Amino acid sequence: MSGKEGAGGFKKRKHDNFPHGHRREEKDNINPSTVFMSFKAFQLELDTRHDKYERLVKLSRDITIESKRTIFLLHRITSAPNGDEILMESEAKLDTVRQKIKQVAQELMGDDMYQFHRAISPGLQEYVEAVSFQYFIKTRTLVSIEEINKQLIFEAEDKEEETKVPASDCLNSQSHIWCLKVTPVDYLLGVADLTGELMRMCISSVGNGDIDTPFELSQFLRQIYDGFSYIGNTGPYEVSKKLYTLKQSLAKVENACYTLKVRGSEIPKHMLADVFSSKTEIIEQEDGLP
Amino acid sequence: MSVSEMFITLQGVLTADQDIREEIRKVVQTMEQTAREILTVLQGVHQGSGFQDIPKKCQKAREHFGTVRAQLASLKMKFPADQYYRFHEHWRFVLQRLVFLATFVVYLETETLVTREAVTEILGIEAEREKGFHLDIEDYLSGVLTLASELSRLAVNSVTAGDYSRPLRISAFINELDSGFRLLNLKNDSLRKRYDGLKYDVKKIEEVVYDLSIRGLNKEATDGAGGEK
Repeated sequence: MSGKEGAGGFKKRKHDNFPHGHRREEKDNINPSTVFMSFKAFQLELDTRHDKYERLVKLSRDITIESKRTIFLLHRITSAPNGDEILMESEAKLDTVRQKIKQVAQELMGDDMYQFHRAISPGLQEYVEAVSFQYFIKTRTLVSIEEINKQLIFEAEDKEEETKVPASDCLNSQSHIWCLKVTPVDYLLGVADLTGELMRMCISSVGNGDIDTPFELSQFLRQIYDGFSYIGNTGPYEVSKKLYTLKQSLAKVENACYTLKVRGSEIPKHMLADVFSSKTEIIEQEDGLP
Repeated sequence: MSVSEMFITLQGVLTADQDIREEIRKVVQTMEQTAREILTVLQGVHQGSGFQDIPKKCQKAREHFGTVRAQLASLKMKFPADQYYRFHEHWRFVLQRLVFLATFVVYLETETLVTREAVTEILGIEAEREKGFHLDIEDYLSGVLTLASELSRLAVNSVTAGDYSRPLRISAFINELDSGFRLLNLKNDSLRKRYDGLKYDVKKIEEVVYDLSIRGLNKEATDGAGGEK
């Protein structure tokens, strides 16, 4: 605010310093107040837009952080004795994330979502990653984009929330319902990140002596990889870029399965765990490299 | 739904998206062509002999804007009306160019800054986002900044052509623009970069005005527009 006033003050000073220029403008039929007034209006318009953008970036960051925490929580499921409890907790966490997304939807009310897409896209991708990870743990299948979007339709719960919505944006007749759609590209990028989490889960589950999960995971990852290969480079650049990382993750999982099969015949189960826990460290070190 | 089915659906969506972009690109190319034609017409004003036919050149440029309107009308049919910003990048550049040309024509005609609303009328598009294909404020401002650098060039060339009063009027106009832009709190984006160039245009014109003043040439300007010193 103070910056705005400062700019205004400067403008006035400038005119005081150049009285000649001012007089000349009037003679030349350039009405200073018209240009001044329209730029005043532009100032307001640009500030409103930038403020909105910043608010969305902030929300997006919150969504990212909470989603990451959910993912970490879900990783604990491989070693935890009571998986249901963790799933419940993750559900609660995802609900708070959805509340944030609701705020995003409210912010975007009456706007073109794509105008601010760059601000919210990272958060949405992370959210897709968390949701699809939880969904996979629950059902061992891939969540569809329709399923995700179904959860992102919000209804007004109380009146307090309605007042938060800027009045000017309330052009929509169904102003009590907000919805946000994850774009196909955000969905794809989220799913591509999911594969990295699944790779981690695979390695750590072997470390815990779980022999079946790695095979299930490699099966599932292969399906996703096939899907991405089918899309190939028809999608935007970011999608093609993820394909490489995806291939690496898949290779790690496939190699783990190979080792399991080969060494599984000669080492007793409890010792296999040792073989893999040392292997996990190596893989994680590799991940740390730039 | 199986994983492969999901990916087939998604691939269909992506292909459809690319088809739309391809269509848009085609129209944008024709718009670029028209913009170049208008620019060629208007470049004539920089030549000494061109000063007399400014109205004629503007007239001709305005005829070309008829073509632009038709092209923009076909462009807006290429994508869903509520997804302007999804494809914005494709026409952003050419639209800024056209805004510049429109502001240039109006400046040559009336020596005033054309409002955003008037530009949208010339281009046959909407002023407000809610109504459909509109002119983004940043694109309008970018076009205006291009006008400033074109005018600084015109100031130099009008001195060469012996017109000593025009640079003084241009100087007043650009100063007005400059103080207008100073009001804006720009982010560190492309518009900000364009704005940073404005000070060089201001400087260039101030040099021209200085050269005229120090030689007393501005007093020779007979139409009384020059009031400097």
